[in-house]
Order: sequence, then C-alpha cells, then structure tokens
Amino acid sequence: MKAVSVEEAVAMIPAGASIMVGGFMGVGTPERLVDEVVRQQKTGLSLICNDAAIPGKGVGKLFDAALVSRLTATHIGLNPKAQQQMLANQINVDLVPQGTFVERIRAGGCGLGGVLTPTGVGTLVAEGKRQIEVDGKPFLLETALRAQFALVHAFLADYLGNLAYALTSRNFNPIMAMAADTVIVTAENIVPVGVIAPDHVVTPAPLVDYLITNG
Amino acid sequence: MDPQIIIARRVAKELKNGNLVNLGIGIPTLVANYVPSDLKVFFQSENGLIGTGPIPEQGMAHPTLTDAGGRPISALPGASTFDSAMSFGLIRGGHVDITVLGGLQVDAHGLLANWMIPGKMVPGMGGAMDLVTGAKRVIVAMQHAAKGKSKIVAKCTLPLTSARPVNLVVTDMAVIGFPDGKATLLETAPGISVGEVMAVTEAELDVPDTVPEMRI
Repeated sequence: MKAVSVEEAVAMIPAGASIMVGGFMGVGTPERLVDEVVRQQKTGLSLICNDAAIPGKGVGKLFDAALVSRLTATHIGLNPKAQQQMLANQINVDLVPQGTFVERIRAGGCGLGGVLTPTGVGTLVAEGKRQIEVDGKPFLLETALRAQFALVHAFLADYLGNLAYALTSRNFNPIMAMAADTVIVTAENIVPVGVIAPDHVVTPAPLVDYLITNG
Repeated sequence: MDPQIIIARRVAKELKNGNLVNLGIGIPTLVANYVPSDLKVFFQSENGLIGTGPIPEQGMAHPTLTDAGGRPISALPGASTFDSAMSFGLIRGGHVDITVLGGLQVDAHGLLANWMIPGKMVPGMGGAMDLVTGAKRVIVAMQHAAKGKSKIVAKCTLPLTSARPVNLVVTDMAVIGFPDGKATLLETAPGISVGEVMAVTEAELDVPDTVPEMRI
C-alpha cells in the first residue's frame, strides 16, 4: 500500500477507464475521489455501481458532469439526470438484479468465471443468457464482473491499509476491493496499526493499493 | 380507514415471532407500524442491516445508518450489519421468512410484475427479483385497482419480476391466495362484499362458500 494525495490517485485513472465505486444511494461512497474525478474531467467512464445515487451526491456527481458513457447498476430510478441520459442514449445502461450484481463482482474478485443464480429465470433478465439445470432446477449463468479501478470508502484504515467499515456504509465496498486491478481507498479515520483488531479487519491490507491521505 | 392502513394492518397479522422480514418501499414500509409490541420480528434493510428501528429523532441521525432509499434510520439493540453479498445471500438463500412488496400487476397464477413499465418507467429492479425468487413467503401489498383498472389481472402484460408465484396478495378490498396455483378469494375487507370484489377483479377468482371478513 502506498499513501498518496487524492490528486495523484485520480491522475492514474485514464479517460474511458472502467471503475467500480462503493456505496448505496451515496452512503459509503468515497466522495473525495468522486469530486476529484469530476475536477480532472475523466470522461467516457465505464461505471459499475449499485445505483446512480441522486444529483449532487456520490456517483450522482458523475452524471451531473456527464462523465459516464456506460453504466452497470441495479437501480437508477432516484436520479432523474441518469434516467434522462439513458433515455437520450448518452449512456449505455445494463440493469442487473442486486443479488446478481454483487455476486458477479464477488466472482470477479474470487477467481470464478461467474455464478449460477435462480434470480431472473423466466424474465427479461434471462434474455441472451445460458440457462443451466442443476438437480432439475433452472439457473442463469451470470458472468464475473471486474474493473480497472475500485474506489472504496472505509470507516477505519490503519497505516498498512487494513480496513473496517461502519454500519450501512459497508455495502459493496469490501466486495469491490477484491475485484479491480487497482484499489484506491478513502477512510474516515486513518489509525495506527493494531487499532483495528485482527478479528475486526474486513478488508486485509494486501488488497489495498493506494490510501488517500487525510487532512 | 385509509386504504393503505387497512392493507398494512392486515399484512402485519402475517408476521410471526422470530421472523426475518424484508419490507419494500411504499405501502409495505407502513407494516412495521402495526406489529404488536410483544412480537419479536427482525426487519432487514437490504443495504446491509438486520434490526432496523424507527426514523431517528431530530439531530440523532447518522450518515452511515440508512435504509435502502438512503434515508436515516435507527438500529435496535441486537442489530447486525453486513456487506451486500451477505445481504443478498440471506435473501436468495431462503433465510428471509417474509418479504412484503408493492405490485403493479399480479395474475391469476400469482405471478408478479412490479419493476418496469416499458417506455415509461425503467428505474431498474434493485433487489425485487432476488426477493421474490428467494424469500420463503412473498406477500404483495397493493391497492386492488389503479384508476379504476384491476391490478389483479388474468395474465401480466408488464414484464415479470420472477417466475416464482407470490404466496399472498393483500389489497384494500381483499386477501387473495393461490392454493393449487389458482387465485382464490380468502377474505374481504371490512364493509366490502364478495360481489364488489368480483366486479373490480379482472382475473377469475375461486370463491369458497364462505369468505370471512378481514380482521384488522
């Protein structure tokens, strides 16, 4: 793990990159990283995030600045800007059931080619996908999902990069921290090694590439 | 009584001691207000919490304690938090005893459409497809009709949420179940006759000899 400024970290992300961003309706999203992506105007992003948040919050700011060209998400109904950009064909949107979304990312981070899920069988979601029977029950083959960069937000990070999360801001963060080539983290608090007890570390330090310095 | 409250009170009667319950947005959210205080029910919020409590008092909200809509909530003693893979493992894995969801249409075989109106409303399915596919019991809480049109239809014209039929539909006029895969009128709302229900229901309903009135 290397400690860097938010400017240095975002400078590593090229325009058109694929990025996974943690958070659920903007809760648990690394706001400082999103703000810097907007400031450095990283265009044509392929965004993987649970939702589009709301204008002015979390990844919602990426839609305000029209930086997204492709979106994989589970729900965008609370962001009218993302909706407009989808209906105007400015963004190519892939809507995925939430349990499938997280399992595809988990698979991507765990070296699996995909997962078999019953969710979506017999619906529009099944179109174009392989259906596989196991013990007489139908499942859809949903392929793994990875990105070049994961932007993750934690509650605690220690000097080595061990991470712990708070309440409902955990959500997709620890899953995404497994599934990208480069993992960049912001934390509410950076604390000495040992403050997070081994049993309470959720994301082990070797997964973190860059920790954004505070203050 | 307000139609939404009739629905919420009747659905609350379905919850049993020790149940793990997931409530969708809209009318389902109201169900939590009518759970008897002596009943211990665990409510799950799919953004990663079991043990959701009421909306916190003014000044007591925390930015990392929110519901699936991103609004502040509280956590009750004994609550637990987890990531989204665990949350949907609970849902898809059959660990959630009851999910209560809103609906756009339910058909004569209990199939539900509740996530999309092509060309009009394409918000994404969020967790709805996993909930309907994986929860032990699926209860739909919705108005019986919208703008005079029955929401209990012969066959769904909107895209389905799951190939798995729901277990129970509670509306402001009736309770409908699906024994042997066929829509059956189980109860009528207070002051509503069987004939009135039949008149605003598009789907063919089986009607037993006696249909009791909802107890709310």
